[in-house]
Amino acid sequence: MNFDLQYMLEISLQIAKFIPITLVLAIISMVLAIIIGLVVALIKNSNIFGITHLAGLYISLFRGMPTLVLLFIIYYGLPQLFPSLSTMEALTAAIIGFSLKESSYLAEIFRAGLNSVDKGQMEAGLATGMKRVQIYSRIILPQAALNALPATGNTFISLIKETSLAFTLGITELFAEGKMIASANMRFFETYLVVGLIYWLLVILYSWIQKYLEIWLSKPLRR
Amino acid sequence: MIKVRNLTKHFDDKQVLNDINLDIRTGEVVAIIGPSGSGKSTLLRCLNLLEKPNSGTIEIKDVKLDTQKYKERDAYQLRQQTAMVFQHYNLFKNKTALRNVIESLLVSKKMKKEEAIQIGVDLLKRVGLEKQAKQYPATLSGGQQQRVSIARALAVKPHAILFDEPTSALDPELVNEVLQVIRELAKDDTTMVIVTHEMQFAKEVADHVIFMADGHIIEQGTPEQVIEHSLNPRTQRFLRQMGDETDGAARQKRM
Repeated sequence: MNFDLQYMLEISLQIAKFIPITLVLAIISMVLAIIIGLVVALIKNSNIFGITHLAGLYISLFRGMPTLVLLFIIYYGLPQLFPSLSTMEALTAAIIGFSLKESSYLAEIFRAGLNSVDKGQMEAGLATGMKRVQIYSRIILPQAALNALPATGNTFISLIKETSLAFTLGITELFAEGKMIASANMRFFETYLVVGLIYWLLVILYSWIQKYLEIWLSKPLRR
Repeated sequence: MIKVRNLTKHFDDKQVLNDINLDIRTGEVVAIIGPSGSGKSTLLRCLNLLEKPNSGTIEIKDVKLDTQKYKERDAYQLRQQTAMVFQHYNLFKNKTALRNVIESLLVSKKMKKEEAIQIGVDLLKRVGLEKQAKQYPATLSGGQQQRVSIARALAVKPHAILFDEPTSALDPELVNEVLQVIRELAKDDTTMVIVTHEMQFAKEVADHVIFMADGHIIEQGTPEQVIEHSLNPRTQRFLRQMGDETDGAARQKRM
């Protein structure tokens, strides 16, 4: 069988050098997506007519477009309208694209998380003389976070893998490096298998972190 | 002092509170009784604007509010005057018993942490739960949770405490520990408005009893007047039904 294990091990280290750029893409996009998603969720949950609909439109729009198309619109399309954007780096464009996309998913996840917190928690806060903002930040969000964590984790796992699309903007991350090695040495199976296994490893690592995060967050609720 | 004038509230087209007028003196313990759906809990929840009344005025201590035109800031001011004990306790699930008691002291009253903890520990001692200070609500029994919630209500030194069926969600053997705490408060002249189904308890602690049905105050007066010697047929029928239930429960226990 035409399979070279030795070669796989050799290129593993070479490809692994690009783990940091993949992680930078994933983590920065995720942090931004969490912030935007939370704001959108709170807006959609507020009963202020008009902006509630805007939040709905935001979610529908960015959830409805393929990530690849979104990236192309931002990186190749926008500079046509705004020439000043032509100096935008590919990395920036990718992070913007991923953040918009993931935030639309997270907004719905967070909204479900917020709504899963018993209404009595808000009432108790108001009745003891706290302000809504204080009740949200100290009582409701911590409880919603626990409920939203599994679905948020899924979104992050998808994001880690979706960052491979950044190669289309000319960013050299895990997948792009693999593609280059493969086309140079014609060992497609071994190379892409290594790339795939590295993604898997990253996902396993994250799942492990999430498990501890969940234990930590659910500490107050255990009997 | 709590003064309510011409309070009305409807959910969609169902009238829940019908032109309610109410006067509660400082230090008075008022029990509101009546069949379920009579509007007693809604009335209580209107007093701190957890329900938004449709019209009428509410005055508590020196904050007066027209329920047809108020801002979030006015609601906040009015809520500062009272604290509430809920049927389902509503303790903050992500906070320990002690933190539940002192949270609003730290957040709204901007009190120093050491000072707040001292108050919190004293209050937990008062409801007999100083040992449970570091426990989370999920690890406490219903009765313990309700006692923590009473301590939380006391912490803000409210002008009045509103009790919304404080024992209705409790297992029968846990009811008394909560009632005992409320009895102690009544002795200290804490102003309290208690919505309750515990007739015996209402008779014992209340200075004034209000009987509500169908969104109206049907009758009010001393416990003797309303619970013992009511001349109103609506009140009599309700008390008879309550009596049957209690007898029934007693019978079941004997069997």
